[in-house]
Amino acid sequence: MSSDTIVRLPDQATARIPKDNYLTRENGILSWLLTSDHKRIAILYLASITFFFFIGGALAGLIRLELLTPQSDLMATDTYNKVFTMHGVIMIFFFLVPSVPATLGNFLIPMMIGAKDLALPRINLLSWYLYMAGGLLALYTMAVGGVDTGWTFTTPLSTHYVNTNVLTTGLAVFVAGFSSIFTGLNFVVTIHKMRAPGMTWFRLPLFVWAHYAASILMVLATPVVAISIVLIALERTIGIGVFDPTKGGDPLLFQHLFWFYSHPAVYIMILPGMGVISEVISTFSRKRVFGYTAVAFSSVAIAVFGFFVWAHHMFIMGISNYAVLVFSLLTMLVAVPSAIKIFNWTFTLYKGSITFETPMLYTFGFMGLFTIGGLTGVFLGTSGTDIHLTETYFIVAHFHFVMVGGMLMAFLAGIHFWWPKITGRMYPEKISQLAAVVTFIGFNFTFFPQFILGTLGMPRRYASYPPEFQILNVFSTAGATILGVGYLLPVLYLVWSLKYGAVAGNNPWQATGLEWQTQSPPLTENFVEMPIMDHEAYDYEWLEKQEREKEKEVTSAG
Amino acid sequence: MSEPNEHAHTIVGPRVYVTILFALLVGTALTVWASFIDLGFWNPIIALAIATTKATLVVLYFMHVRYSSKLTMLTVVAGIFMFLTLVSLTLADYISRAWGSW
Amino acid sequence: MPDNLVHSADAASSAHDEHPPYLRHHFNSAEQQADASNFAMWLFLLTEVMFFGGLFTAYLIYRNWYFPAFVAGSHQLNVVWGATNTLVLILSSFTMAMGVWCAETRRRKGLVLCLSLTFILGLAFLGIKSVEYREKIEKHHVPGFHYSMQSFLDPQSDPEVYAEYHDKPLTPDMAVHTELYFSLYFLMTGMHALHMIIGIGILGFMILRARAGAYTAGHVTFVENFGLYWHFVDIIWIYLFALLYLISRHA
Repeated sequence: MSSDTIVRLPDQATARIPKDNYLTRENGILSWLLTSDHKRIAILYLASITFFFFIGGALAGLIRLELLTPQSDLMATDTYNKVFTMHGVIMIFFFLVPSVPATLGNFLIPMMIGAKDLALPRINLLSWYLYMAGGLLALYTMAVGGVDTGWTFTTPLSTHYVNTNVLTTGLAVFVAGFSSIFTGLNFVVTIHKMRAPGMTWFRLPLFVWAHYAASILMVLATPVVAISIVLIALERTIGIGVFDPTKGGDPLLFQHLFWFYSHPAVYIMILPGMGVISEVISTFSRKRVFGYTAVAFSSVAIAVFGFFVWAHHMFIMGISNYAVLVFSLLTMLVAVPSAIKIFNWTFTLYKGSITFETPMLYTFGFMGLFTIGGLTGVFLGTSGTDIHLTETYFIVAHFHFVMVGGMLMAFLAGIHFWWPKITGRMYPEKISQLAAVVTFIGFNFTFFPQFILGTLGMPRRYASYPPEFQILNVFSTAGATILGVGYLLPVLYLVWSLKYGAVAGNNPWQATGLEWQTQSPPLTENFVEMPIMDHEAYDYEWLEKQEREKEKEVTSAG
Repeated sequence: MSEPNEHAHTIVGPRVYVTILFALLVGTALTVWASFIDLGFWNPIIALAIATTKATLVVLYFMHVRYSSKLTMLTVVAGIFMFLTLVSLTLADYISRAWGSW
Repeated sequence: MPDNLVHSADAASSAHDEHPPYLRHHFNSAEQQADASNFAMWLFLLTEVMFFGGLFTAYLIYRNWYFPAFVAGSHQLNVVWGATNTLVLILSSFTMAMGVWCAETRRRKGLVLCLSLTFILGLAFLGIKSVEYREKIEKHHVPGFHYSMQSFLDPQSDPEVYAEYHDKPLTPDMAVHTELYFSLYFLMTGMHALHMIIGIGILGFMILRARAGAYTAGHVTFVENFGLYWHFVDIIWIYLFALLYLISRHA
């Protein structure tokens, strides 16, 4: 790695964490559990989603262990079904959906727009409690025997043919859904109504634009999955018939309602990550993001188009050929805004002064892996090839490339980038770079073989497979072990850094953005005086002018 | 400040509300009366048209959207648009499943 | 030095001494607070639109697939009760809107009267609904609870309804689909009634607070935003009435 770095830390001999900050302002457990401070709520979320991530990760480990051998020998097939179901439910609803918005979004959005808090702080806290309630319900479900329908709850399997805990899992997802709705609602109101003077829409950091787009999705799409869960519950308990062919119902109706949310859900998951990438790429190329307007509008475009493509998850399920045609065409459309972003980020790098600190390493990983994942999505959106590739490991690889290679890497980039702001301390750079590289290697070993497996025809959600697929599965499991190490390391060194990390100061990355103009960790009220925004986003000249004026102050005072 | 707040200062008075009330009552009577007449495939169209007119009156006047900011209007339109997307794209599948049999 | 911002705005410091007690500290002005909470309520109503939207989608599909069954099912609903309920709700929307006007013009007694009338009308709606539900239960038209297709296979066994509509008997495989009609009927009106119950509960709380003068001292946001919710519930019923009761009432 390059020894060039943009990090500028204050003199460690004299630097101290500011005495008054949001962490020290109040003490005691109630000050955390009853807080209305968006930053404390973000920390609460960070702890909880990390917890659920490792549970989901342990389930992933069990899956990969089972798949080391062609036979279903580690666990009963029914148990395997339960393991991958809970892996999906926990990772999607309790990790990916809230990951960036509820942690980084909550922490940063008010600061980035120059506000003291979100518009509805108590609703924000309620969001966290709903998330915890849903999460604990999910854990309870695992304890009492789990559910084996797959995270997609496909009817009529989930309504008429299984005896497992569909209702409790459904309730857990329902409750977590409201957590997501309230977070999104809060963000939309805040971004519209609480921007500081001078902070026009087109001076907002792209991180805010990305969260705005994701929040619209959260508000409009999530209620539909809520009603679909209610319908499943009533179908299971009373037998209302909406999904029951013997009474005239159509099982596909559930899938329409379910995927109407679950497709926008993938954009809810990725858009905030893309927001992180915009910030990191700009900072570590020392350049404004190329084509700011295009990137901002493409976020909204992804959100809007994302509503029109859901049935591409249902091509082989029995929808009409005409619907297949319509949705396949619309799916081609939704790829365009994502591609625009990748192009714009690449042009941001061109002629920039690039350095390779950890957030930037994760960002490079994101750009490569998300591109691969996105391109394979085109194979799946094309109905002719989808018929062969769907429900195989090709799909599994596709969504893990975009979600893990994309979203999770963006999340880690963001955590590392804003760690000094959140905690006041720097993480250790060398080991974190190592962890990033280990993660990248482990990821590719785990999921690239799965593209090949899928093309060769290995079905997904099967505990056993033909013996000729074993070698690739062994590769994949080996990669998963490396990946696990890559994810464990950050937990260890980030916790270490809380006590022993270097004092970061206000702006170790020399980044633009209002959050970097305040102390680290910030005050509870974020700003001493209401900021007034008088420069464009990513304005490095303005930043330079600031630094020169500060120097002049110091030299003239002395 | 962020967005100009226009709506708080227009106080809508009783006269407007009474007018709308009567319009809604008339609409209700109309739609019940129309449902007793055999108009073939026009029946549901008329019923929905009257319902939509009533809903529009409630949204514009009782809910003050007529006197509110463009953002409020945009929010209402966005909700309606999303609902229509859900219905129409889902129906695109159902209508085309057995061409001609509907 | 904690902040190296370009300018400072001293509006914040002087405003702090004179801000009204209901102004939360993260807002810069009462206007901003009212604006933000109003927008938040509209967004919440959007989520409700999408929530009910799923049910409307199911309804539209099955009504088109099983039209005769839906017609026969709708004849089991009493148009008089349904229309009365529609009038009750429209009137309650009117009294709610008048309540907002009273709050805005600081008429405390008027506000209490309007909220109380809205409350009573809401209860009247639920009362009529429970009469209707009772009738359904007695006739075994509740899906999942000894559902009976008798009235549709042999309409003459149901003399009141037969006298009005002279329905032809449905074939057994179409009669089965009447259960879908009633599932959607109970789902949609039940979900609507649940929202009414929550609304009536909040109304009760609001009447108590209104009597204490909480909403007639310049801070009308709560009443205004609740009004939005109440009107929304009314709009849902307007569509439910048209779709469930008025499918085809001609003989």
